[in-house]
Amino acid sequence: MSQQGYVATPPYSQPQPGIGLSPPHYGHYGDPSHTASPTGMMKPAGPLGVTATGGMLPPGPPPPGPPPPGPHQFGQNGAHAAGHPQQRFPGPPPVNNVASSYAPYQPSAQSSYLSPMSTSSVTQLGSQLSAMQINSYANSGPQMAGAQLSYPGGFPGGPAQLAGPPQPQKKLDPDSIPSPIQVIENDRASRGGQVYATNTRGQIPPLVTTDCIIQDQGNASPRFIRCTTYCFPCTSDMAKQAQIPLAAVIKPFATIPSNESPLYLVNHGESGPVRCNRCKAYMCPFMQFIEGGRRYQCGFCNCVNDVPPFYFQHLDHIGRRLDHYEKPELSLGSYEYVATLDYCRKNKPPNPPAFIFMIDVSYSNIKNGLVKLICEELKTMLEKLPKEEQEEMSAIRVGFITYNKVLHFFNVKSNLAQPQMMVVTDVGEVFVPLLDGFLVNYQESQSVIHNLLDQIPDMFADSNENETVFAPVIQAGMEALKAADCPGKLFIFHSSLPTAEAPGKLKNRDDKKLVNTDKEKILFQPQTNVYDSLAKDCVAHGCSVTLFLFPSQYVDVASLGLVPQLTGGTLYKYNNFQMHLDRQQFLNDLRNDIEKKIGFDAIMRVRTSTGFRATDFFGGILMNNTTDVEMAAIDCDKAVTVEFKHDDKLSEDTGALIQCAVLYTTISGQRRLRIHNLGLNCSSQLADLYKSCETDALINFFAKSAFKAVLHQPLKVIREILVNQTAHMLACYRKNCASPSAASQLILPDSMKVLPVYMNCLLKNCVLLSRPEISTDERAYQRQLVMTMGVADSQLFFYPQLLPIHTLDVKSTMLPAAVRCSESRLSEEGIFLLANGLHMFLWLGVSSPPELIQGIFNVPSFAHINTDMTLLPEVGNPYSQQLRMIMGIIQQKRPYSMKLTIVKQREQPEMVFRQFLVEDKGLYGGSSYVDFLCCVHKEICQLLN
Amino acid sequence: MATYLEFIQQNEERDGVRFSWNVWPSSRLEATRMVVPLACLLTPLKERPDLPPVQYEPVLCSRPTCKAVLNPLCQVDYRAKLWACNFCFQRNQFPPAYGGISEVNQPAELMPQFSTIEYMIQRGAQSPLIFLYVVDTCLEEDDLQALKESLQMSLSLLPPDALVGLITFGRMVQVHELSCEGISKSYVFRGTKDLTAKQIQDMLGLTKPAMPMQQARPVQPQEHPFASTRFLQPVHKIDMNLTDLLGELQRDPWPVTQGKRPLRSTGVALSIAVGLLEGTFPNTGARIMLFTGGPPTQGPGMVVGDELKIPIRSWHDIEKDNARFMKKATKHYEMLANRTAANGHCIDIYACALDQTGLLEMKCCANLTGGYMVMGDSFNTSLFKQTFQRIFTKDFNGDFRMAFGATLDVKTSRELKIAGAIGPCVSLNVKGPCVSENHNAPIPQGGRGAIQFVTHYQHSSTQRRIRVTTIARNWADVQSQLRHIEAAFDQEAAAVLMARLGVFRAESEEGPDVLRWLDRQLIRLCQKFGQYNKEDPTSFRLSDSFSLYPQFMFHLRRSPFLQVFNNSPDESSYYRHHFARQDLTQSLIMIQPILYSYSFHGPPEPVLLDSSSILADRILLMDTFFQIVIYLGETIAQWRKAGYQDMPEYENFKHLLQAPLDDAQEILQARFPMPRYINTEHGGSQARFLLSKVNPSQTHNNLYAWGQETGAPILTDDVSLQVFMDHLKKLAVSSAC
Repeated sequence: MSQQGYVATPPYSQPQPGIGLSPPHYGHYGDPSHTASPTGMMKPAGPLGVTATGGMLPPGPPPPGPPPPGPHQFGQNGAHAAGHPQQRFPGPPPVNNVASSYAPYQPSAQSSYLSPMSTSSVTQLGSQLSAMQINSYANSGPQMAGAQLSYPGGFPGGPAQLAGPPQPQKKLDPDSIPSPIQVIENDRASRGGQVYATNTRGQIPPLVTTDCIIQDQGNASPRFIRCTTYCFPCTSDMAKQAQIPLAAVIKPFATIPSNESPLYLVNHGESGPVRCNRCKAYMCPFMQFIEGGRRYQCGFCNCVNDVPPFYFQHLDHIGRRLDHYEKPELSLGSYEYVATLDYCRKNKPPNPPAFIFMIDVSYSNIKNGLVKLICEELKTMLEKLPKEEQEEMSAIRVGFITYNKVLHFFNVKSNLAQPQMMVVTDVGEVFVPLLDGFLVNYQESQSVIHNLLDQIPDMFADSNENETVFAPVIQAGMEALKAADCPGKLFIFHSSLPTAEAPGKLKNRDDKKLVNTDKEKILFQPQTNVYDSLAKDCVAHGCSVTLFLFPSQYVDVASLGLVPQLTGGTLYKYNNFQMHLDRQQFLNDLRNDIEKKIGFDAIMRVRTSTGFRATDFFGGILMNNTTDVEMAAIDCDKAVTVEFKHDDKLSEDTGALIQCAVLYTTISGQRRLRIHNLGLNCSSQLADLYKSCETDALINFFAKSAFKAVLHQPLKVIREILVNQTAHMLACYRKNCASPSAASQLILPDSMKVLPVYMNCLLKNCVLLSRPEISTDERAYQRQLVMTMGVADSQLFFYPQLLPIHTLDVKSTMLPAAVRCSESRLSEEGIFLLANGLHMFLWLGVSSPPELIQGIFNVPSFAHINTDMTLLPEVGNPYSQQLRMIMGIIQQKRPYSMKLTIVKQREQPEMVFRQFLVEDKGLYGGSSYVDFLCCVHKEICQLLN
Repeated sequence: MATYLEFIQQNEERDGVRFSWNVWPSSRLEATRMVVPLACLLTPLKERPDLPPVQYEPVLCSRPTCKAVLNPLCQVDYRAKLWACNFCFQRNQFPPAYGGISEVNQPAELMPQFSTIEYMIQRGAQSPLIFLYVVDTCLEEDDLQALKESLQMSLSLLPPDALVGLITFGRMVQVHELSCEGISKSYVFRGTKDLTAKQIQDMLGLTKPAMPMQQARPVQPQEHPFASTRFLQPVHKIDMNLTDLLGELQRDPWPVTQGKRPLRSTGVALSIAVGLLEGTFPNTGARIMLFTGGPPTQGPGMVVGDELKIPIRSWHDIEKDNARFMKKATKHYEMLANRTAANGHCIDIYACALDQTGLLEMKCCANLTGGYMVMGDSFNTSLFKQTFQRIFTKDFNGDFRMAFGATLDVKTSRELKIAGAIGPCVSLNVKGPCVSENHNAPIPQGGRGAIQFVTHYQHSSTQRRIRVTTIARNWADVQSQLRHIEAAFDQEAAAVLMARLGVFRAESEEGPDVLRWLDRQLIRLCQKFGQYNKEDPTSFRLSDSFSLYPQFMFHLRRSPFLQVFNNSPDESSYYRHHFARQDLTQSLIMIQPILYSYSFHGPPEPVLLDSSSILADRILLMDTFFQIVIYLGETIAQWRKAGYQDMPEYENFKHLLQAPLDDAQEILQARFPMPRYINTEHGGSQARFLLSKVNPSQTHNNLYAWGQETGAPILTDDVSLQVFMDHLKKLAVSSAC
């Protein structure tokens, strides 16, 4: 396939006049005033002036004045337009009849965006010019020539790749539009299983879906950092033109497979890491040694520093230090430093962290057996507390609290015969009743702890306390860690809305009437600011909160989840927890979370070379200033997305350098710095930029920035911005880089071929869908999950993996090739496995092969299958083994344990399953891939005109 | 008629009452001229092995404002079955049960020998005694261990059905739940936050279950409806449990950094103890027993900060108004004490530490509620251990020597009014006809004035009882019958009463002023009752009934009750506490310690509390109530050093050495609180306890005694008794005053 990219012909192209390239607007979610600026550019005089009027007029109430003109005014624009007055999106092809599916993306009415005056004039002028303009753009765009010139060999296929002339009446063949599966498979085929060496600046790594071995040769592994583009535009003007977000998704503690080398630890003793005097960047491969090795020039700020005497080394003939390959910090992209006392709180070495388990023992948790389950399992799970490899015992101390509307602390000091319970009823001003004996070494206090865990379920067996508190629970844990002067993690097992009289008390405010209004954002905001300040306190004391929620009704995830979110914790949610169905999922999550690799009390700083800087951060983080990213804890699954902006020109020679430094406390209480360095290219050619993009990272960025904006802006506006920006990015490419082609043709850059389908998936996500049918808690929950996702997780989350199981080759260990997430790919004779990182479905066609049914379920026929299970039976059959192995592989790399649902074709639960067939039209709205592509195409055409 | 001395003694034995005057001046003006006010020293619950309680209720005067109890002084019309109240003269019908009454068939309360009588009330539910231990855990390991053992031991001394509770405190305050099996459970409170009784009960979950509980179990009305049973449990049910719990008590787990005092939340702990009992068992006999090993250092009631470099307040600081926590702390404890007293509970303070523990601020807790106050150096001393044990000693009936929730009503004849009370009590602020600012002044009747003391209380056997003491004394006209009045002066009672007044003034006013006031009173008394020729000191004489009084005053002036020099504020509070509550004999010992001398010349004999009594060949035994000092004279000490006592031929010396030890043991056994026992000798550092008490008749200033071998000079600037008396005589006879 050509580098130029996929070019598809939309079924129908009705160019719309009056829309030119709109000014940049991405990243302006929070500030509607920016979007107001184009109004000044509206010039109703002349055809060219028309192109300047963007669709980016200020969202908001229509200005006072006469009502917008009726549809008849658009009649001149042609029959299609007459039926569909909205100008910004092309009218749908009649045959497809997709009008309703566009609804979420459509601005409610043009009147919201254009004043009646300008609307009519633009429309009229545009309609007169329409046909002529399309041709001129398509055939002789001046920018187009430039683009082609700069890449003489870049488009071998050129326009020949374009599909045929418009065929408006014919339904678009789904196979002819870009397939994510195809893209994934192609990358897998070309780069899978190979060694990827990070020795070249700006090289584009394999996709997240491709398995390969990564060798650190001076740049951080893509496991740690992935960028939206590996070639930054040289100027901010270019960046504005392209509107491609410049961002990096950083997962500083990403798990390294065992066949790749772990991070080296550099210890400079008391002198600590070598750092640039001016910008404080850490010694890294980007530092240039000069003057025979006596000085070095910082790659980030260009400051020339003296090499500290202890660090001096002679240079070789190419100006490289003789010890270049002996020192990880000179030759590797990622490594760790042992931090000195200067990097510690109060200049004291930190204490090893602690885990505090806080169990809600109110009636519902007792009744459904959860308390018993947790207590029972903790006994074995505590054996597996994370520890440093060389150490025999985990240094992590543990503590236990139970609570309903009061808190019970437990003294489990090893010399006690019996644990002691201390009740704190002053929830208004909660405090820690004991220090010595609360946090203990598990091994030393094992018998007392077991004794306690045995007794807790009985102790509260007769309790009929329904009310719970929540903020005081976190407060208590935080105070305990503060008192013990150590960082740590709270594991809270909570089930209900905290209605007891205490700080952070919540009321049920799940108001569906707010959905699809400007006030919808309130549902995503916490109810009180108690949790916000609590989260700040937690981060200040290195207290991370992981919350396991077991709601049976609305519990206000938006409020309860805030502290876990801001403290780098994880939120797990098990709706209507049922012991026999959800037990395993929960236990897997709990076990996984306890054993996870994790760093505590972390501060991350992203330094960049001159010309650009990090401007925005998304993730489970808290920021007290504009540069320091504070995280109470960060584990191997948490990623922070960083957006960059220009503040000067970048040079193609030096490129764009990024250094991410994370100062943290290890599980054994050592203070360390983890450094990741990444060099990117710079170019003054837009084509280079487009060539180096990575869609998966882009979607990660778009998702996070949109989900963050959800708190402040109406969802409608956010959806619009997403659609517009997609169109804009593609239009800019079309305008500047693609070879000339018919205006009706949709031209996509190769690197963004699947951007529309992924973007559509993002738009269809329940967070952005304003539908009252979807539980508010679920939306808040997914919003929160996405905020900390890495690229691989977000890719799977938005575009689930759908595997045909019936084609399984039992002799091969390879996963079967995935198919596209569309109902049309399913077949009655098939069995399909779908996974998105949270859920897993096994879909069974009505005519599934009986031998497979027998093999997997050990029942004679389809009708005999009992769908009330979340685990497949262990059958000694190759099909069963193979399937379970596949499920294991899919699960393995995922932070959340996926609950398996068995779905039979044409049975009620299939509805749930269908929501995950993201290429189709959504159950609760959201257009199909095809429709969205049309929509984007129209948008592009409008932009180009 | 017997002598007044016998009369007084007899009265004290029967009624536990001693009046300063046993014949009463007949008008208010005259009474004020008597200098020593008409007052009495009452031991309301004096032990009377010979007085069995009667099993019925007292008959009360029907006038609502009077309600005096029928007594031997009432006039009874046996035929009409009427009796006249001797206080308000109301005529009352006898109740039906007294139908068979006649001259020969009198109920006990009408018989003269039952001027004090005790009634046993059968009404009302009996509730068990409550003992709530409030234990400081900021102690040294061995101290805490000793305290734990003492507490464990005490469980065996409590009546089996008594309720016990345990609160421990350090930086936090823990209220231990005693009912639960398995895990020991406690409710924890922040030591810095003062809570209202309501909040405390809410937080302990004591308020909520009242409603559902009644619905749930209507069949068991006997069971206490409160959930407080979780915190207060009968000893017999949980003594094993509590013994274990006490055994597992840890020192306060919060680290104390160098240069800091442990954070001790005594104020909040007491507040919670008071609040717990207030809400659950108001008006039932309950004892809060506070064991503390140091000053409160945080929260309400803190006495000193936790910085060790800032010492706890001294008298010097208090005089300079430099004790920044004192006022606030005192207010906190006074508020608690008043609430406790209003609920009929009492607070004991057992403070054992080398430094001060804040008794000055906390004293009101014990003072106002009738609790004990014990001060020692460590819980690991016999002083504390035995004192504590002695609290649970039993009387001849096998009952505790403690009673609870007492109220004392005083009824007086119309001629008298009550001016106030000093002692372990709080005023209920009841306004009645008998209460007044001052002695009343109606026309004297020539008859007898009467006072009736009615004490309602809960006996330690949990019965409610009422003890009624009715007393009458003659009126006398001062002009014509001064001799009578003079002869009826009880100088011992008067000395103690004046001393108490003095201490009372000292606590509320400036120290030196009190001494001046005392001196003035003494001079006026001497002027009034002495016999002398004007301006002739040598002619001054006092009658027998007054002769000892000036000497008492002399020693009182030097006593720690009025002198704060050399005593910490805590010590002063401690001494004054005990002085205000002991009976007359003990009080007198406190004012003027007793000195016995042992020698080869004869049996032990009491000798003058004078430096002349300190002789080389004597062993002295001094009892100051708070200290028992054995002092070996110079020669005796040398002999002992030479080891004569171990030689068989000097066995008599061994016996001599042993004799005061035995006597001291006897005193130690009987006294509460156990005195400090000091065994010293001539030249020993501890001899100061003796030297500071004796009258300094020989000092370095009047060396006339040197070489006469008649005692030891005392290095002091204090005046001696002789000088004091000389001055007194001079002032008494001078007409200038």
